[in-house]
Amino acid sequence: MSIKALRGLLLPFVILLTGCQAVLMSPSGDVALQQRNLIVTSLLLMLIIIIPVIALTLLFAWRYRASNKNAKYDPEWNHSTMLELLIWSAPLLIIIALGALTWVSTHKLDPFRPLERLSAGRAVPADAKPLVVEVVALDWKWLFIYPEQGIATVNELAAPVDRPIQFKITASTVMNSFFIPALAGQIYAMPGMETQLHAVINKPGEFDGFSANYSGAGFSGMRFKFHGLSDGQFSQWVSQAKSDGDSLNRDVYLKLEQPSENSPVHHYATVSAGLYQAILNRCVESNRMCLNEMMTLDAKGGLGIPGAYNITSLDTATRSRLGLLGAPVNGYVGAMCSANNLDGAPFTTPTAKSQ
Amino acid sequence: MSDHPDLAKLIFGRLTWDAIPFHEPILLATFIAVLLGGVALLGVVTYYRLWGYLWREWFTSIDHKKIGIMYIVLGLVMLLRGFSDAIMMRLQQAISFGHSVGYLPPEHYDQIFTAHGVIMIFFVAMPLVTGIMNFVVPLQIGARDVAFPFLNNFSFWMTTSGAVLVMMSLFVGEFARTGWLAYPPLSGIAQSPDVGVDYYIWALQIAGVGTLLSGINLLATIVKMRAPGMPLMKMPIFTWTSLCTNVLIVAAFPVLTAVLALLALDRYAGTNFFTNDFGGNAMMYVNLIWIWGHPEVYILILPAFGIFSEVVSTFSRKRLFGYASMVYATVVITVLAYLVWLHHFFTMGSGASVNSFFGITTMIISIPTGAKIFNWLFTMYRGRITFEVPMLWTIGFMVTFAIGGMTGVLLAVPPADFSLHNSLFLVAHFHNVIIGGVLFGLFAGINYWFPKAFGFKLDPFWGKCSFWFWLVGFYFAFMPLYVLGLMGVTRRVSHFDDPSLQIWFQIAAFGALLIALGIASMIIQFVVSFRRRESLRDHTGDPWGGRTLEWSTSSPPPVYNFAFTPQVHDGDAWWQMKQHHYRRPLEGFLPIHMPKNTGAGIILAGISTVFGFAMIWQMWPLVVVSFLALLVVTIGHTFNYKRDYYIPADEVARVEASRTELLANHV
Amino acid sequence: MSETQALPMPHGTGSSEALRFHVPGDHHPENGTLLGFWLYLMSDCLIFACLFAVYGVLGRSYAAGPSGADLFELPLVAINTSLLLLSSITYGFAVLEMQRNRQRATLIWLGITGLLGAGFIGLELHEFAHLIEIGAGPHRSAFLSSFFTLVGTHGLHVTFGIVWLITLMVQVSQKGLILENKRRLMCLSMFWHFLDVVWIGVFSFVYLMGVLP
Repeated sequence: MSIKALRGLLLPFVILLTGCQAVLMSPSGDVALQQRNLIVTSLLLMLIIIIPVIALTLLFAWRYRASNKNAKYDPEWNHSTMLELLIWSAPLLIIIALGALTWVSTHKLDPFRPLERLSAGRAVPADAKPLVVEVVALDWKWLFIYPEQGIATVNELAAPVDRPIQFKITASTVMNSFFIPALAGQIYAMPGMETQLHAVINKPGEFDGFSANYSGAGFSGMRFKFHGLSDGQFSQWVSQAKSDGDSLNRDVYLKLEQPSENSPVHHYATVSAGLYQAILNRCVESNRMCLNEMMTLDAKGGLGIPGAYNITSLDTATRSRLGLLGAPVNGYVGAMCSANNLDGAPFTTPTAKSQ
Repeated sequence: MSDHPDLAKLIFGRLTWDAIPFHEPILLATFIAVLLGGVALLGVVTYYRLWGYLWREWFTSIDHKKIGIMYIVLGLVMLLRGFSDAIMMRLQQAISFGHSVGYLPPEHYDQIFTAHGVIMIFFVAMPLVTGIMNFVVPLQIGARDVAFPFLNNFSFWMTTSGAVLVMMSLFVGEFARTGWLAYPPLSGIAQSPDVGVDYYIWALQIAGVGTLLSGINLLATIVKMRAPGMPLMKMPIFTWTSLCTNVLIVAAFPVLTAVLALLALDRYAGTNFFTNDFGGNAMMYVNLIWIWGHPEVYILILPAFGIFSEVVSTFSRKRLFGYASMVYATVVITVLAYLVWLHHFFTMGSGASVNSFFGITTMIISIPTGAKIFNWLFTMYRGRITFEVPMLWTIGFMVTFAIGGMTGVLLAVPPADFSLHNSLFLVAHFHNVIIGGVLFGLFAGINYWFPKAFGFKLDPFWGKCSFWFWLVGFYFAFMPLYVLGLMGVTRRVSHFDDPSLQIWFQIAAFGALLIALGIASMIIQFVVSFRRRESLRDHTGDPWGGRTLEWSTSSPPPVYNFAFTPQVHDGDAWWQMKQHHYRRPLEGFLPIHMPKNTGAGIILAGISTVFGFAMIWQMWPLVVVSFLALLVVTIGHTFNYKRDYYIPADEVARVEASRTELLANHV
Repeated sequence: MSETQALPMPHGTGSSEALRFHVPGDHHPENGTLLGFWLYLMSDCLIFACLFAVYGVLGRSYAAGPSGADLFELPLVAINTSLLLLSSITYGFAVLEMQRNRQRATLIWLGITGLLGAGFIGLELHEFAHLIEIGAGPHRSAFLSSFFTLVGTHGLHVTFGIVWLITLMVQVSQKGLILENKRRLMCLSMFWHFLDVVWIGVFSFVYLMGVLP
């Protein structure tokens, strides 16, 4: 059965669901569309067995009711090799088909894997560079950093239509899940780790994005709008952010990171270099050791018994300057001074994949 | 207290008057209602001088039948609590749109969905499942009790102790606001400094002791205490599913104990297992808790499958189709239950090959499950089906569960799960299998074995009302959630902006209302049946034309279950006995060796509750005292060597003679 | 017991008298205590399996602090290990004497076992106190958290084993080597040897692999 024929079969459902804006059934990005098709195909495959089961249940219940003396009654009949073979092999066949579909589609739609097509029949041009967006889930808002454009936004995301997007995703304290249903499936945002999502938006418009994984009190308000824009509109959006935004440096981030609910949209015209790497490696504070440096040291066997005492925190003067006196003080491993890093500033070489 | 703040802090730890929610009108009203209800109940018990009776005949009883009944009572009481949480959520989501924020602020709403999940799984489904296994298994295998009768009583009270702690959190302090599995870092001390997560940890740890011990107990019972002539492949199918369930319990609950202990260490001792800094790894918690959590799903559903197998065969008046294939399917599910845990977090960034492996193993489980459904179908085929209440639940299950199974397999396809994970589609799916599978099964089981337990049938009219309200209510409550999931709506949200969603939530709330009527009908059913018990009386001990040994003894069975241990020749032992016109032996009775009642179980569990409460509020002196008390009582209990007694032969003869007379009077 | 695999299903009453459907005498099922206790040990084993797995994941996360090679003193651990292994042997002697129904000898061997166990706990506490003193407590790194938890859980088990052992010694001296007490001694025996096996895992997996390159 081709997808088209399947779609015809499901037409009543599709109409019903699009009628009430079932975004997963009529998405606007190619990845989400492929996921939609996969959902529909899998459901139809399973209905091959589910519909007969339900029908037979009702049929047998009716036909062999006690009052129907015409039906055959055979109280000792309890085995039939043919039937047994059938009832084990029929589900098996469906699962073999579905398993193959799963293996192929899981690899094809792996969120870490760069896109191969913009939409059905349109390959990604060889020279296309994906738009990189660094996503940070904060308590309880989203920070989006655009390294290529040098801007950042809170609770607002935009991307040009038909250009591959590469999201690099992390979080500040707790787990969230980055989800724009119209664009692509979700992926968790976790502190100290980076996940990725490759996607493309095919239709201009305004779409909902939010955290799909419960993350605490402000979770319900952790929503943003995702704008699919034409190239021109996108440049305009970037230049507007540049003109009306202020600057995002480490100090501003440390304040931004503090919990807040239902945060309004905010733009930053500039972003200090290496901020995302510092967030990912949990070393935005200047006297704090970055995770990647820590892992390098641990791989060499740690820092020995003296290293046990290398625990520090943000000093009162800095906290008072940043207005963080009310926030809890966290202890962490102190940054190390080295020949190329005399003031102990955070380590900023790029890290490998998550974990 | 204010005169000596240090002393008060030492004794009361974190507990102050602020912990009592005087300022929360909803909680206060609930509290007063519970208090009045409690006082009324205690008053009634005192007025009718029932304390001695309850203590002697129930609380200290080591009779597996009474313990089973107490488990079921606990499960049904907690169902009321868990369901009130559900209806509060449905109401909040139905009205909380746009400018209206509903009536529950997030910090309250978040506790409610956490408590709902925890209570429904640990304190409704688990006690009901354990209760039915406890009641039925020894009777089905022709035993007089379980292998360790005292531990059985202790297990029940430990489960109750956990339930008591959860109920306390409603009025003293608060419950966790983390979701029912309490993922760190959110459940860590930095993000959840309050007592909520501690209530969660200690309630589950204490109840977990009970669950684990009852699992070991039933395993030893099934392995060692089957009647002569009953090899494994002639065990009743419900006993088979119980065996597999208890294997799962013994092999899964230690993981929960370990992972919750590690979380507790992170919170109490400042360790770094799941923290963000100092090398901790929160993903490890998620893996470990699902290594317990997925088998837990099968711990709940397998006994339900067993119940359906018994019911379908009894009410089709026909041998179960494909017994051997049913057994193999159960065993395959038991093994595969450990190979699928990662499907709960495809979205955590594992590689495509890992995700597909776990997706495909998940789908493979649907093969034995499908085989089971076909086996029930072909048991009905060429049967003589009577639509008694248990059979109605079974047919309702077969239709509903097929749908839930289908959406489950859909969620096992990783790219589909990327879209549907954490959505209301997922919520609809697991309610579809847990209500449509586990709960329907338990209700079928309760209606089926009730006459065995109490000697009279449940009223069929109200039973049918209950069934239809539940069934229709279920579809109204959860089909809209499937639709909402496809509309991209995720779970645990307490407020919405998009007005087009509201109608679906309103339909779901209507469904929840129908389910409420279903629960009400069930309560009415119990009351009406009790009042009409004389006309519903079962004199034969075999009201449904049963097939297995529990129907061969009287209803309710005597303390010793069987005057003589049955000799088994066939899988459907009682059916065969009836076909051979079996006659009960009327003489030659011997004294019967039975275990004695003991109060040690309830006392130990009571002290455990105090210990848990003291740990939660960090009342260190009380922690030390209660811990020492636990030790002393336990050791003291081991010094009691006189744990059994003999029922004299003439006592047995008298009980059996009165049954003979009863049978003769009601031919 | 009759073999009735190919039992024909009678529709009349023909062969009905041939089958007996109850055991006319007294029927006692087998005692399940040892099986039940073994099942408990397996569940306990799973708790240790989790802790080992956690140590496997976190055992190299030193958080730029000290590692096992910096902290573990193998000679001390070797003494500790031999104490525990020896206590298993002495428990074995106690069981042998129990089987010969020699109450006094049983009690003496049990006492020696308890003392060896106490020595083990003493050395372990000494090690823990030293680590905490030099700033390498369980809060310092995930490695140390998992180390303290794994070794500490084992130590807690041994401590409870000692409490149980003392209780049993009192019970044996009060009631003698009666059937119940023998059964209890066998359960504790399984428990004690089980802890020994777990410790061998701890010794190899944590200490040896932590110190040796």
